[in-house]
Amino acid sequence: MNAGLIFDLLKASFGQKVLQIDLNDQPQSIEIMAQENRELFTLLRDDDRLYFDMLSSITGIDNGPEVNTMEVIYNLYSIPFDLHLMVKIRFDRETPLIPTVSDIWKTANWHEREIFDLLGIRFEGHPDLRRILLPSDWEGHPLRKDDILQERYHGIKVDY
Amino acid sequence: MAIQYTYHPDHLKNSEPIYTSVSSLKRGEMVFNIGPQHPSTHGVLRLEVVTDGEIVKEVIPHIGYLHRCFEKHAESMPFNQTIPYVDRMDYMSAMNSEHAYAMGVERMLGITDQIPKRVEYIRVLVAELNRIASHFVAIGTYGLDIGAFTPFLWLMRDREHILRLLEWTCGARMLYNYIWIGGLYYDLPLQFEERCAEFSAYLKPKLEHLETLLITNKIFIERTAKVGVLPLDLAVNYGVTGPMLRGSGLKYDLRRVDGYSVYPELDFDIPIGTGAMGTVGDCWDRTYVRMQECRESLKIIDQCLTMLSSELKRDKDFNPRALVPKKIRPKAGDYYVRAENPKGELGFFFRTDGRSDIPVRCKARGCSFVNLSVLPEISKGVMISDLIAIVGSLDLVLGEVDR
Repeated sequence: MNAGLIFDLLKASFGQKVLQIDLNDQPQSIEIMAQENRELFTLLRDDDRLYFDMLSSITGIDNGPEVNTMEVIYNLYSIPFDLHLMVKIRFDRETPLIPTVSDIWKTANWHEREIFDLLGIRFEGHPDLRRILLPSDWEGHPLRKDDILQERYHGIKVDY
Repeated sequence: MAIQYTYHPDHLKNSEPIYTSVSSLKRGEMVFNIGPQHPSTHGVLRLEVVTDGEIVKEVIPHIGYLHRCFEKHAESMPFNQTIPYVDRMDYMSAMNSEHAYAMGVERMLGITDQIPKRVEYIRVLVAELNRIASHFVAIGTYGLDIGAFTPFLWLMRDREHILRLLEWTCGARMLYNYIWIGGLYYDLPLQFEERCAEFSAYLKPKLEHLETLLITNKIFIERTAKVGVLPLDLAVNYGVTGPMLRGSGLKYDLRRVDGYSVYPELDFDIPIGTGAMGTVGDCWDRTYVRMQECRESLKIIDQCLTMLSSELKRDKDFNPRALVPKKIRPKAGDYYVRAENPKGELGFFFRTDGRSDIPVRCKARGCSFVNLSVLPEISKGVMISDLIAIVGSLDLVLGEVDR
């Protein structure tokens, strides 16, 4: 099964929620709606033809204030069928709130915390959304394109 | 200029238990920190532990003490200049990380098929040497954690030979910058093949000694068997990879599954945990898988050496930098590449815009980071001494956890 077939399969079940397919990415990617997509992710994991049991990585991207969008990209892998899939969601930069997948794949818990920490994207329904890499009293989210470093952290000059 | 720091008692709040508050504790419970500086945490890892007597109720890992902004750095410099930063993620196996990164960029450029065979074999050779060195540290310090001192010294002695071999190739002992995008820094030094074959012959009996001294030692088995059992379904759901996943009984090795580089041409087995001393997926299984992988890596090294001294013999006109691109400008798009590091799946996500040789986004999926996230799950209800045994069996490198 390739990304095209997966796209058709998802389109049949979810219609409007599945937006487009990009064959140039490696692995090939499918863009879906940012909201109300948890059923779709559950299907990707549980369907006997797909069985994407391994969530390799979640990446957050800030496209900057001009484009005014943010993206979150899920890299899925199916161990029994040796399938790769990249799932993308895109949403408004002003309201970065998307549903969590941390109860579908437990590994998402820490990945989502990392994205929250570095990009300030919030995950609805996440059990424990705290900073993970940066100290708990750090200000700002450094991977945002318009992030301004705080001048001093506990009396230490930050930018040197 | 020295860093100026003004002390304030509030600053200590950051290292106080954050997750649990004293008022939420039940009768008889206690909360305390292990780390951030503690020999058994293998780096700067802080574990917030709630206990009832000797029984661990909950473990909350606090990480980030070694955060060096890899992703922020990577999006501000060209692809080839990021390699030294990749070295410093998992500093115990820098060659493997470099191999994964270089392979990823080559795949984006579409030059994977053009890399000369000799270059690929040298890459695999040094990566497998580094894999043994990494596993030696893992097994040695694990023994140290649970009270076996001699194996640590023996393994450090043998690891030293590997570090000297690798130092000979590129001048650095741990952070190599040897594998470049499209090639290598230098060809192997003269007579490296002979010396490496000598080392391989030297190491084989040493691995047998290690097995008698540590792995099948009664005290070691008592401390590790049936401790920290990680069931397979949980392991997959938590994204755990590498020897930890194989210790839970799944034959899953990206060198075979993806068959990258020249691994399909090489003959080696994938050891898995069988529960020989207790339950499948316990600490003993994970350690034994690492130990067996050292043997498999030696097999690969021998085959690489045979190839490098026969079919792909040294040639004075051979230039390992011939294919190193002057400008690295991949086509626009998103890429995810992965490779088998000693600790698991190391993945890199790249987004390029096709206009510059600096990535828009470069994310590293660290295997230690993901493997650590399963710790709270498998250490509920164990004894404190078993918690130390479990942390040691995860084989964490905090440089990669925090990136």
